[in-house]
Amino acid sequence: MSERRRIQVDALARVEGEGAMSIVLEGDRVEDVQLRIYEPPRFFEAFLRGRGHEEAPDITARICGICPVAYQMSAVHAMEEALGIPVTKPLRDLRRLLYCGEWIESHVLHVYMLHLPDFLGYEDAIRLARDRRDDVERGLRLKKIGNDLVSAVAGRAIHPINVRVGGFHRAPRRRDLQALCPELEWARDAALETVRLVAGLDFPDFRCDHEFVALRHEDEYPFNEGRIVSTGGLDTEAHAFESHFEELHVAHSNALHARIRGRGHYFVGPQARYNLNSDRLSPVARAAAEEAGLGPRCDNPFQSIVVRAVEVLESCEEALRIIDEYEEPVASCVDYELRAGVGHACTEAPRGVLYHRYEIDDQGTIVDARIVPPTSQNQATIEDDLRRFVQQHATLPDDQLQWKCEQAIRNYDPCISCATHFLKLEVERR
Amino acid sequence: MNDSPAPPKLKVAVWKFASCDGCQLSLLDCEDELLPVAETIEIAHFLEASRAVAPGPYDLSLVEGSITTPQDVERIRELRAQSKLLVTIGACASAGGIQALKNFARVEDYLRVVYATPEYVETLATSEPISAHVRVDFELQGCPIDKGQLLEIVLAYANGREPRVPRHCVCVECKRAGQVCVMVASGTPCLGPVTQAGCGALCPRWSRGCYGCFGPMPGANAEGLDERLAMLGSDPRERRRLFSTFYANAPAFRDRHAQGRADEESS
Repeated sequence: MSERRRIQVDALARVEGEGAMSIVLEGDRVEDVQLRIYEPPRFFEAFLRGRGHEEAPDITARICGICPVAYQMSAVHAMEEALGIPVTKPLRDLRRLLYCGEWIESHVLHVYMLHLPDFLGYEDAIRLARDRRDDVERGLRLKKIGNDLVSAVAGRAIHPINVRVGGFHRAPRRRDLQALCPELEWARDAALETVRLVAGLDFPDFRCDHEFVALRHEDEYPFNEGRIVSTGGLDTEAHAFESHFEELHVAHSNALHARIRGRGHYFVGPQARYNLNSDRLSPVARAAAEEAGLGPRCDNPFQSIVVRAVEVLESCEEALRIIDEYEEPVASCVDYELRAGVGHACTEAPRGVLYHRYEIDDQGTIVDARIVPPTSQNQATIEDDLRRFVQQHATLPDDQLQWKCEQAIRNYDPCISCATHFLKLEVERR
Repeated sequence: MNDSPAPPKLKVAVWKFASCDGCQLSLLDCEDELLPVAETIEIAHFLEASRAVAPGPYDLSLVEGSITTPQDVERIRELRAQSKLLVTIGACASAGGIQALKNFARVEDYLRVVYATPEYVETLATSEPISAHVRVDFELQGCPIDKGQLLEIVLAYANGREPRVPRHCVCVECKRAGQVCVMVASGTPCLGPVTQAGCGALCPRWSRGCYGCFGPMPGANAEGLDERLAMLGSDPRERRRLFSTFYANAPAFRDRHAQGRADEESS
């Protein structure tokens, strides 16, 4: 007779937000896996109605304290499409520079503080620091330069205050950005060291075969702009997002599940970006990826830690390039006239494609808003991977299986605050 | 040599309710101080950073987020019972946050906008501060909080003293920074005169008006500022929106929202 087992973790750690996972096993056969997001809903799309279009970047930033820049970027690009505002160099470069800061801050947080402890068998980065202080200190210093970059461009690291529709409230001084260069040059070396460190970790043999979705730009690694492309042949633009992707409301989660119409679930994030854009990396980042053993395509979600490290290196390199070329703009933002319209935008948040759509009236008031964050797009894929992963490791003792599953969830750096619209781990064996 | 035993470490727990995670992230954003501080206190429960969890009771609970579900109401009562000191961190925990905008609307309408199947979602009609449900020892303001002020709270309690956080308005910081007043010089609507200090007068330093993300200071004359903004030509809708963001549910700003609605309807 098969044994029914139930392992339960009420709140999953080292993820952003609150979620639970429940796994039901009949003997060593997986019956059911659910990633439950019980982070309470906050109704952003509802209370954006009736607000000024210019308020969208500051309000939507509050969806996520880890990636506020991503929300601000998708919001301003969507509003600028609705209002027909062209934003060009150097303001466009400043936005890309701001995004570099957020990728560094968010990815380094995940690599060193949330994910690396799992690989090395520690419960957190503070315990890890007792044995490997140099590594943790490198991570903290790297994370700090990401935050300093966001502050230098937009005022502060969490919920920056300088982003507005049309550009910025005030353009940063060239000398203030150049002051960051010595630390950014250290960071570029430290990022390369990070790629080498994480490339040497022990990765479980686990492959996934998802349709990866990311932005692709004609000559840049994607941050703010690009067509929406996939490994399944999709090639479209942000305004067609809703005709290709749909969201479903499932009973066990306060996040909506997304899928490609007619095909099923898909995957966004660093791995998807890398798989669709490795040829757009700077030579230094591409060489580091090759040295780390990443081919043109990375199918093992546990290796996402290597991809994040490569993207940190790319961000440092790109930030240095932008600062070197930066010339202070004559005006910090583009003037515009109000008109009624609809605007769409996708940008690459640290965790993947972030879609915003706004309809505004001729007074610039928001009539309707739609926001699709990366983690809710990935939720069904995470559950699917987890089901296969648990099946492969079902013979492990419960405590080991639980930690492995937690690690597997952290592969995706789920941002549950974003997706809710909490993680609780339950493994039930029957 | 002092051979008396070291005093016990302050046992700290971090909790989350409805929020964006930004205020607890501020603790991890103390890149220079995190490792030294972690040696002087015991981090007993901090899920964003660690899977190791120690049971209560706790000396200091830092609470992020607002109360929005029936389960939250139960959980905050249990946390209060387990905590010697309970400090709210940020606008959500201290005033209800941006999600308190639903307090001014019908929640059924909100559910229908975001979720296709509203019956799957359990939510209260309001977003309330922690103090609406339990006694709070200290409310740290900000959306997000200032990490320097957060360190002051933790280190003060670790050393057995009261935390020192300024209660004056942003204007004081702005003058000290030698900034030109954006309202006087260019007529830009600014909540600096009624907003608690702590940000370092960030917005005026970046050529924009303060939008009140540290909430009303004690004794704020928001009505007086509202009148002044009207004299500067700001219309009722603009003024209502200005007072109705991250501290919309704080009494001084909530009254302005109500007045703004009434003015818009009569105009």
